[in-house]
Amino acid sequence: MKNKECVAMLLAGGQGTRLKSLTKRVAKPAVYFGGKYRIIDFPLSNCTNSGIDTVGVLTQYEPLILNDYIGIGSPWDLDRKYGGVSVLPPFMQSDGGGWYTGTANAIYRNLQFLNQYEPEHVLILSGDHIYKMDYSEMLEHHKESGADCTISVIEVPWEEANRFGIMNANEQGRITEFDEKPEHPKSNLASMGVYIFRGDVLKQYLIEDAENENSSHDFGKDIIPALLRDYKKMMAYRFDGYWKDVGTVDSLWEANMDLLKKDPDLNLNDGEWRIYSKNPNQPPQYLAPTAKVKNALINEGCRIHGTVDTSIIFYGVQVSDSSVVKDSVIMPDVKIGKNVTINRAIISKGTVIEDGAVIGDPTPGSEITLVAEEGSVLASNYVNT
Amino acid sequence: MDRIAGIINLDHEQDLLDELTYFRCGAAVPFAGRYRMIDFAVSNMANSRIESVAVFARRKYRSLMDHLEQGKAWDLDRKRGGMFILPPDWNDPTDISKGDLQHFHNNLDFLHRAWADYILVSGSQNICNIDFQEVLKEHKEVDADVTVVYNRVDELYPEYQLAHKLEIDQNSRVTGIHNDHSSINVYMDMYLVKKDLMIELIEQCIAHGGSHFFLDGIKAKLAELHIHAYEYEGTHALVNSVESYYRNSCKLLEADQHDGLFGNEAPIFTKVKNEAPSKYLPSSEVTNTLVANGCVIEGQVEDSILFRGVKIGEGAIIKNSIIMQRCEIEPNAVLENVILDKDCKISAGRTLIGAPEKPFVVPKRKSM
Repeated sequence: MKNKECVAMLLAGGQGTRLKSLTKRVAKPAVYFGGKYRIIDFPLSNCTNSGIDTVGVLTQYEPLILNDYIGIGSPWDLDRKYGGVSVLPPFMQSDGGGWYTGTANAIYRNLQFLNQYEPEHVLILSGDHIYKMDYSEMLEHHKESGADCTISVIEVPWEEANRFGIMNANEQGRITEFDEKPEHPKSNLASMGVYIFRGDVLKQYLIEDAENENSSHDFGKDIIPALLRDYKKMMAYRFDGYWKDVGTVDSLWEANMDLLKKDPDLNLNDGEWRIYSKNPNQPPQYLAPTAKVKNALINEGCRIHGTVDTSIIFYGVQVSDSSVVKDSVIMPDVKIGKNVTINRAIISKGTVIEDGAVIGDPTPGSEITLVAEEGSVLASNYVNT
Repeated sequence: MDRIAGIINLDHEQDLLDELTYFRCGAAVPFAGRYRMIDFAVSNMANSRIESVAVFARRKYRSLMDHLEQGKAWDLDRKRGGMFILPPDWNDPTDISKGDLQHFHNNLDFLHRAWADYILVSGSQNICNIDFQEVLKEHKEVDADVTVVYNRVDELYPEYQLAHKLEIDQNSRVTGIHNDHSSINVYMDMYLVKKDLMIELIEQCIAHGGSHFFLDGIKAKLAELHIHAYEYEGTHALVNSVESYYRNSCKLLEADQHDGLFGNEAPIFTKVKNEAPSKYLPSSEVTNTLVANGCVIEGQVEDSILFRGVKIGEGAIIKNSIIMQRCEIEPNAVLENVILDKDCKISAGRTLIGAPEKPFVVPKRKSM
C-alpha cells in the first residue's frame, strides 16, 4: 500500500480529574459537550474535514465508553479500508509492557502502528479541547517552512499565560524557547497541544527518549525541549479561532454557555465544517403549550413543559410542568420532575430529579453545582457542589 | 426461526400530495419533523427482524434513493440480505406481465434468493408502529394462506375512501374486500404470505393477464385462499392527500399520537444529518411545537412542526404550519395554516395565510 502523507495520533487516555465525578466512569475525551457532542467529536471531525483519514486513538483511563463510542469510526467517515480509525490501548509484549507512562511513551509504544503507513508527517492531537481547525492548512505551513516540528499556538490573555505552555518565537515564527507554565511569561502564545512532526524526526526522538531513564516521556516536558536543544527547526503556527480547554467543571460550563451567544465564536451550524457525532436517533423535540424557552440549545427527543432559560439541553431530556432550568447544562436522558428549580448546574446523564427539588446557587459567579450520580433519585432541596 | 423478507411496493401509490409530490414520490415526502413517509415502513420491517427489504419504485424516485442510500440508517447495509432498491428497468422481450406484476415478475430473483420463508408486502402511506413478528405469529396460529393487516377506525376520515375495506367473519377470516365508504375496517396495505405460495400466485396472475397482484392474485381468490385479518390496534395515520398529510401532521402534537409512533421500544429510524441542536434566542417564543435539530429560532412559533435547519427571524409569527428542511423565514413574516416545502424563503414582512381545512402549500425552493 501507498504510504500516507499524514497520520494523526489522538491522545485520549487522560482522566481529567478536575472534572470530578463527570469522569468517574469515562475518560475526559468522552465527556459530553454542546447539547449533542462528546469532546472527542471535535478533533475527530477536524481530522475528517481536513482530509486526514488515518487516526490512532490512544486510550488508557476508563476506555469502555470511549471504545464503544468510537467503534469503527463511521460517524466521522473514518471507517476506511486502508487507514481509518484505530483504537490503541496499552498492551503487553514479549519483553514486558504495561501502562503508558506519558504522552510520548504512548506514541513510542505504537511506532509499529505508525510504521504501517510510513507517514511523512505525524499530527499529534489531544482529546481535551473544543475547537474547529483545518489541520491541512497547518500541514501546508509545516511543509512550506520545511520545519521538523510545527506547534499550533494561540494568543491567550497575558494574565493567564502562566497557566499554559508558552512559546517564544522570533519574527519568522521560529520557536526559540518553550516555557511550561512560566511564572513570568515572555510571550502570550500558548501551545494548543497540536503538533505536526516530520515522521522520521518524531521516530528518532521517541526512540532516544525511550532510552533516557530520567525522562518523564512527555511531549511538553521532554520531546519538545530535546528538539529545541538540538536546534531543530521548530515553527509556531498561529491559530486565531475559538479554542477552549474544558478541563474543569467551571470551564466546561463556560464553554457550553459560549454557544448561546447570538453569533457564537464556535459556530456549530456551519455546513462547511460539520461536527459529526454518533446519532441517538430520537424524534424531534416537543415544546408543550406551557413551555417557556429562551436562549437555549435543545436536542432531539426532549419534551419541555417547563421553563428553560440560558441552558443547554442534551437529547432525551424531560422538563416537567412548572420546573425552571436556568444557566445550566442538562446531559442526556435526565428526567426532571415538577416544580424543580435548577440554577447554575451541570446534571449528568440519566439522573432523575424528583418533584420539588432545588438545585444550585443562582448567585452570579458562584460555583457551578455538579450532580453526577447517574440514575440516582434526588430528595428535595438537594444542593451540592 | 421463521424468516421474513420485506417488499415495499410503491407501484400503485399515486402522487396525490399536489405540490409536495411534484418532484418526488409520496414515499419520499418529509413527515414528522425529520422523517420521510417511507421511514415508517422500513423501520417497522427492520424492527421486526426483516433483514432483506426490496423497494419497488416506479417513478420520481431520485430523492427516495438519495434518502434510503444502502439502507444504512436501518442497519440494512448487510452482506447477507440488506436493502434492494428496484426501479423499473427490464428488457425481457418475452415478458407479458403488466402493472405491479412487472415488478414481481422481473424481480423474482429477489424472492427466490431471499433468505426467508415468508414475504411481507407493505406500502408507504400507512404510518404506524407495528411488529410484523406478531402478524406472523397469528398467521401461523390460524394456519392462513395470506394475512392482511387492518385497523378498526373510530372515525371515518376522507382519506379512507381510497383504501380498501375488509369484511370479516367471527373468526377474523376475510370474506370480502371492497371500497364501501361506511366500513370501519380499513385495510392498511400490508399483507404476509408464504414465499412459495406467493411465487405460485404471481405466476398464475401473469398467466391470466392480471395487472395488480393484490387485486388479481389475492382479492380475486377469496374463496380459494384462507385470508386472515390481523387487527393492528396501535397509532395509525393514512396519508394520501394534502388534507390528510396536514391533519395527521398536526395530530402529532398530541401526546397520544406522538408516543404511539415514537414512544415505544421500536424506534423509527431515518437518514442521519449532522445538525447541531436547535437554538432558541432570547426573543423566541415557541409553544406546542415539534422542532427538529439545526433550527435557529428568533420569532414566535405555535402549534407547528419545524423540520431540520429552519431559520425563523425575529418578529416572525408561525401558526399551525409545517415548515420543511432549511426554510428561511425572515423577520416579521406571518405564516398561518401553511405548508412550506424544503428550501423556501419567505421575505421580511410577508404574510401567507391558508384555510385551516385547506392549508396553503408552497412548493420546494420557492422564494416569496
